[in-house]
Amino acid sequence: MHLAYPAVLAALLFCTGLYGVLARRNAILVLMSVELMLNAVNLNLVAFDVWLSRAARDTLHSGQALTLFTIAIAAAEIGIGLAIVLAVYRNRGTSDIDKLRDTAEGHGPDSDAPAAEKAEATA
Amino acid sequence: MILAAAPTAATATAARAATTVAAEHHGFLSPTGVEIAFLLVGLLTFGAAVVTVTTKQLVHAALWLVVALGGLAVEYLLLTAEFIAWVQVLIYVGSVVVLLLFGLMLTRAPIGRSPDADSGNRWAALTVAVASAGALVWVVVDAFRTTWVELDGAASGSTEVTGASLFQNWVLPFEALSVLLLAALVGAIVLSRKAKADSAAGGMKAAAPRVPGSRDGEQDKEGVR
Repeated sequence: MHLAYPAVLAALLFCTGLYGVLARRNAILVLMSVELMLNAVNLNLVAFDVWLSRAARDTLHSGQALTLFTIAIAAAEIGIGLAIVLAVYRNRGTSDIDKLRDTAEGHGPDSDAPAAEKAEATA
Repeated sequence: MILAAAPTAATATAARAATTVAAEHHGFLSPTGVEIAFLLVGLLTFGAAVVTVTTKQLVHAALWLVVALGGLAVEYLLLTAEFIAWVQVLIYVGSVVVLLLFGLMLTRAPIGRSPDADSGNRWAALTVAVASAGALVWVVVDAFRTTWVELDGAASGSTEVTGASLFQNWVLPFEALSVLLLAALVGAIVLSRKAKADSAAGGMKAAAPRVPGSRDGEQDKEGVR
């Protein structure tokens, strides 16, 4: 198989995930896009591991081992990420990342209501 | 300059000769059956991924993510990495998507179309994504134009091979990974339960901002329905 096929597919999937991370507004959809980016990297790792194990007689199989580690870390990441999103939703009543602007420097026009809500929550 | 250029020219000729040999051996315009299958499944996977990041219905995004991840599992099978493929099916399709659906339901995501699923900077995001896709595809195709993966012979990613390499060469990272999973488990539990100080010190005050928020969410949901 031409090595460009999996490499190009991985590049396209990565950029799809990049678009999702930048354009989505719901935090859980952003997490889905992060999963897409991680999977693109996994496809690259597997393809290059298969190529190296044949072309360079590599018996370490580092690509596939690293893919397994990446999958496990992605599972941990999605668990922690969802716990954080749920905690934010419980405190703020929204999972819209555009509205979580407490640490933003220049406040927009709608900064009064969240600030008042935050003051009320911390009081 | 000429003396320096001569060896480069010689290497270039050798490389070109190797390229033509490789091209004659494999052929650019005569794809094998595995390549055609890879291309078709890849198109399906890419289409499902694009729908995942563009659809307005949040639950449908999670379901299209299943298609994309399952397509990637088929790609792993075509690359003779069986074990990775089944791990992909078990962990991603089996648990990660279920977790994402749980998250969508627990945050009361609207069931129907939600017009504000994309933020205002989607055109900037599209520009960035298309530019990086163009750059990456160009670089990758240019770099691996003459590289071929031999898929004949024994599978290089069967369970036996992967297990042997994992437990002979990668034991220490494997154990460290189990510690990381334990830490993630404890962290998720700590994050997702209510803080004890909150509920003890000011139960009413802490609960007060939450109740209107959740009521608003319910009203939004009913309004959508």
